[in-house]
Amino acid sequence: MMRFATWIRAGAVAGFLAAGLALPAGAAVEIEDVTTPAGISAWLVEDHSNPFTVLEIRFRGGTSLDQPDKRGAIYLMMGLLEEGSGDLDSRAHARALESIAASVDYDASDDEVSITATFLTESRDEAMALLHDALHDPHFDPDDIDRVRRQVLSSLASDLQDPNAIAGKTFSAMAFGDHPYGSPGEGTIESVSALTRDDIVAAYDAVFARDRLYVGAVGDITAPELSEIVDGLLADLPETGAPLPGKADFQMTGGVTVVPFETPQSVAIFGQKGLDRDDPDFFAAYVLNQILGSGGFESRLMNEVREKRGLTYGVYSYLVPKDHAAIYMGSVASGNDRIAEAVEVIRDEWRRMAEEGVTQEELDKAKTYLTGAFPLRFDGNGRVASIMVGMQMEGLPVDYIATRNDKVNAVTLDDVNRVARELLDPDGLHFVVVGQPIGMTSTPVPGSEG
Amino acid sequence: MNRLSGTLAALAAAFLATGIATAAPAADRPDPVSTFTLDNGLQVVVVEDHSAPVLQHMLWYRAGSADEPLGSSGVAHFLEHLLFKGTDTLAPGEFSATVAANGGQDNAFTSYDYTAYYQRVAADRLELMMRMEADRMKNLKLSEEDIATERDVILEERNQRTENEPRALFSEQMGAAQYLNHRYGLPVIGWRHEMEALDRDAALNFYRTYYSPNNAILVVAGDVTPERVRELAETYYGPIPANPDLPERLRSQEPPQTAARRVIFKDPRVAQPYVSRSYLAPERDSGAQEKAAALSLLSEILGGGSTSYLADKLQFQNQVAIYAGAHYGGTSLDATTFDFTIVPENGVSLEEAEAALDAALADFLKDGVDPEQLERIKTQYRAAEIYAGDSLNRMADRYGRALSSGLTVEDVKAWPAVVQAVTAEDIMQAARDVLRPEASVTGWLMRAEPPETVTEAATETPAEEVNQ
Repeated sequence: MMRFATWIRAGAVAGFLAAGLALPAGAAVEIEDVTTPAGISAWLVEDHSNPFTVLEIRFRGGTSLDQPDKRGAIYLMMGLLEEGSGDLDSRAHARALESIAASVDYDASDDEVSITATFLTESRDEAMALLHDALHDPHFDPDDIDRVRRQVLSSLASDLQDPNAIAGKTFSAMAFGDHPYGSPGEGTIESVSALTRDDIVAAYDAVFARDRLYVGAVGDITAPELSEIVDGLLADLPETGAPLPGKADFQMTGGVTVVPFETPQSVAIFGQKGLDRDDPDFFAAYVLNQILGSGGFESRLMNEVREKRGLTYGVYSYLVPKDHAAIYMGSVASGNDRIAEAVEVIRDEWRRMAEEGVTQEELDKAKTYLTGAFPLRFDGNGRVASIMVGMQMEGLPVDYIATRNDKVNAVTLDDVNRVARELLDPDGLHFVVVGQPIGMTSTPVPGSEG
Repeated sequence: MNRLSGTLAALAAAFLATGIATAAPAADRPDPVSTFTLDNGLQVVVVEDHSAPVLQHMLWYRAGSADEPLGSSGVAHFLEHLLFKGTDTLAPGEFSATVAANGGQDNAFTSYDYTAYYQRVAADRLELMMRMEADRMKNLKLSEEDIATERDVILEERNQRTENEPRALFSEQMGAAQYLNHRYGLPVIGWRHEMEALDRDAALNFYRTYYSPNNAILVVAGDVTPERVRELAETYYGPIPANPDLPERLRSQEPPQTAARRVIFKDPRVAQPYVSRSYLAPERDSGAQEKAAALSLLSEILGGGSTSYLADKLQFQNQVAIYAGAHYGGTSLDATTFDFTIVPENGVSLEEAEAALDAALADFLKDGVDPEQLERIKTQYRAAEIYAGDSLNRMADRYGRALSSGLTVEDVKAWPAVVQAVTAEDIMQAARDVLRPEASVTGWLMRAEPPETVTEAATETPAEEVNQ
C-alpha cells in the first residue's frame, strides 16, 4: 500500500529509475502450471540464479466488493493486514520481516486485491509463517484501525485538492454512476470515518476465498516446494466469497465537463466505450492504440500535440478492459490557455483515425515495436510474477507468452482500419477538464439536472 | 528531469541511495562488471548478463544543471530534450523512431550532476544504438522552430511537475534556502523566467562545452562481452576527438553555514500541511565513503519505515504524526542534504510537529543506536545485494550515477563492505556532525486561504505568462 505516495513524490521517480532492464527471465520464460495436493493452481517460473523468490497472490473482486454504504472498507482492511497478526503486534511483525530481509506488499484495486511477498531462500519458512499469520490471523486492533484510518483520511483530503484525482473521480462517476466503478475504492472521508471493526472483518470475509484465487511464483523454488507453501498458506481459505458485482454500463456521452480548480495547468482525462479483453478484435485495437496514442514519440497524439505544437509534456491513450466494463481512455495536461487547442487536436486525431485508418507503414512499425519490446517486459522476478498472475486472471493459456507475438503479427491492415471505424467515436469522446481552461465550458448532459 | 515520464532525478537518487545496497558479485561468481577507457577519454563500464538476449546502452555526460552558466537555469535539461531532434544524418524524431522500429525503448534524464541517454534493445542492435548515440554527441542540428516548440514542451513539463504541485514548489524553496552559494539550490528544470529565455545559442553553448568523449561514461549492461563493447566503442565513439578545452568541474562551494533558516510556503491547494527539515550533509567521496555510509544507516535508523526511531516516537508513542521519515542521498558530486518529513496528525500544529521532531532527535542523541535495529538494517543491506542481482538496469544506473558524481568503479564495488563496517559509534558521530541547526532549513507547507474571486486569481497565474 503506497499510502504516502502523494507526499513522497520522488518515490515514483525512484520507481521509474529502478524499473527497467533486469534480464534473468528474459525471452525464454517457461511457465509451469503446478497443481497442489489441495487442488490449487499456481504458475511457476523457476530461476535459481539468485537465492530469492517472489510470490504473487491475487483475489478477484477487489474494492468493488465493498457494500454500497461501506466504501473504502476493503482498501482499509488490506492496509491493516500488516498491522499485527498472530502473536505479534504491528511493529513486532515489521521487525520480524526486517530481520529476515523479507517484504510483503498489500494492494487493492477495482477488480482485485494482491499480496506480493519477496523472500530469501534461506528464510522462506519464516517468511511464510509471518505471511500465514497476516492472512489468517490479522488482529484488526482498534488502535491500529484508527491509526491507519487517519493515514487514509489524510490521503483522501489531499485527493480533494489534486487535479488528477479530481479528474479521475469525476470521470468515473459520470461513466459508471452507482456501480462500484463509479467511486474511488479508497472511499470518501465520510464513508471511511464511519467504518467500524465489524465492517473491516466483513470486508475480510468477503475478499479471501478459493473460488477467486490466482497464484504465481518466480525465482529460487521448485514445484514441490511451491506446492507446499501454497497449500500451507491458502488451502484453508473458505471455498467462496462475496458475489462479484454485475456489469457496469458505460453511461458517458460525448462532450466536455469542466471542473473549475485554481491551478496553472489544466488536467484532462478523456474516454469513450472500449473493448473487452476477450473480444476477437482486442489485438487489432491494441495495435491501433499503439499507433494512435501509446505515448511513444511516434504515436500520432504525441506527435501532433507535443512534437508539432508543444502543447503538452505528455499525451496518452490506453485501452482499459476491466472485469465488468471496458473503456478507451486517455490523458493530457496543458496550460489553461492552451488546453482547448490540445483537446481540439486530440478529437481531430480521433476522427482522422476513425475515417482514414492507418497506413501499412505505420502498421508495420507498430508491429515491430510491439513484438520487439515484449521481451523487455520480463525484467525481474517481481515483474514476471505479476504478468503471470495477470495472464491467469484474463484466462490466457500457459503458453501465451510464446504465442503472443504471433497474434500481434496476425493483425492485418483491414483489421486495424475496420476496428478504427467501429471502435473510435470522436463525437462520443468525453473530456473531463480540471483547471481554469480558457475558452472551454461544460456540455449540458442529456437527462441530468446539469 | 526526464524527457518523457521523468523526474526530479536528484531526489530519486536520494531514495535509491537509501535502503538499497550496491550489488556486489557473489563470492562464487565471476565479477560481471569491467571497465576500460578509450584513447579519447571515454570511460566504458560493461555489466555482463547473458541470461536473455537484450541489453541496455547508456551514455552519461558529466554535465547537469549544477554545471549551467549563470542565468540559464534549465539549459542542461532543455538540451536533453533537444538531443532527440535531428543531426546531419538523422531527421528530427528519427532517433526514437529508429529505436522503436527496432523493437526498442529509449529515453533520457537530467539531474544536478549528469545527463544520461539510454536505449533498451535486443542485444544484436547494439551497433546501431552506438552509431546513433555517437552521432548526436557532435552532430546536432537545431532549427529555430525546434527551439520554440520544445521550449513550450519544457514549460508544460514545469507546469505539470512543479506549478501544479504545491509540494514541488515548496521543495524548490527549501532547496534555494539550503544552498547559499551552490547551484544545487536551483531546480534542475530551471526557474520559469530563465526557461522562457532559453534559446538556440544557450543550448548549443552548453552542448559544445560539455558533450565530448572525455566528459562521458558509456555503460552497457546485458547480453554482450566487454570485447565486443570495446570493438564497437572504438569504431563509433573512438574517432570523436576529445575536447581539449573541457572546463574543470569547479562549482561555487558552500561557505560555512552559520544561520538556521525557516521557510513558510502557503498555497490554497494544500490539503495536508507538513514540516520538512533539511541539513547540509557530506556526500560520498572517492576513497572516503565512510561518513556517507554512516549517514545512510542513520537515515534508516531514524526514519526508514514503521520500525524506525521517529516512527516509534512520533507515530506510535505520541501520535503526533501520521508519517515521520528521513532521507539521505549520498551519491552527489558536492555537498548533499539529510532530510526529514513530518506529517502531523489532524489537530496537531506544525509548530508542535516540529517541536516533537526536535525532541525526538535530542532523545536519539542521548539514547544512541539500538544494536538490534542496526543489525536488522545491515541484514537488509546484505539482502539488497541479492535482490539487486535480479535487476541489471539498477546496476547500470548505479555505475552511471556514481561515475558521473566523482566516484570510481572501485568505490561502487567497495560500498557494501564500507556499509557493513560502520559501527554504532560511527553513526552517532555522523548524527552529531550533521544535525547542526546552523546548517539547517525548516520548512512549513501550509494551506493558504483561497483568494476572493476566481477572476483575480486567473490573472495572477503564472500560466498566463507563458504565452506572452
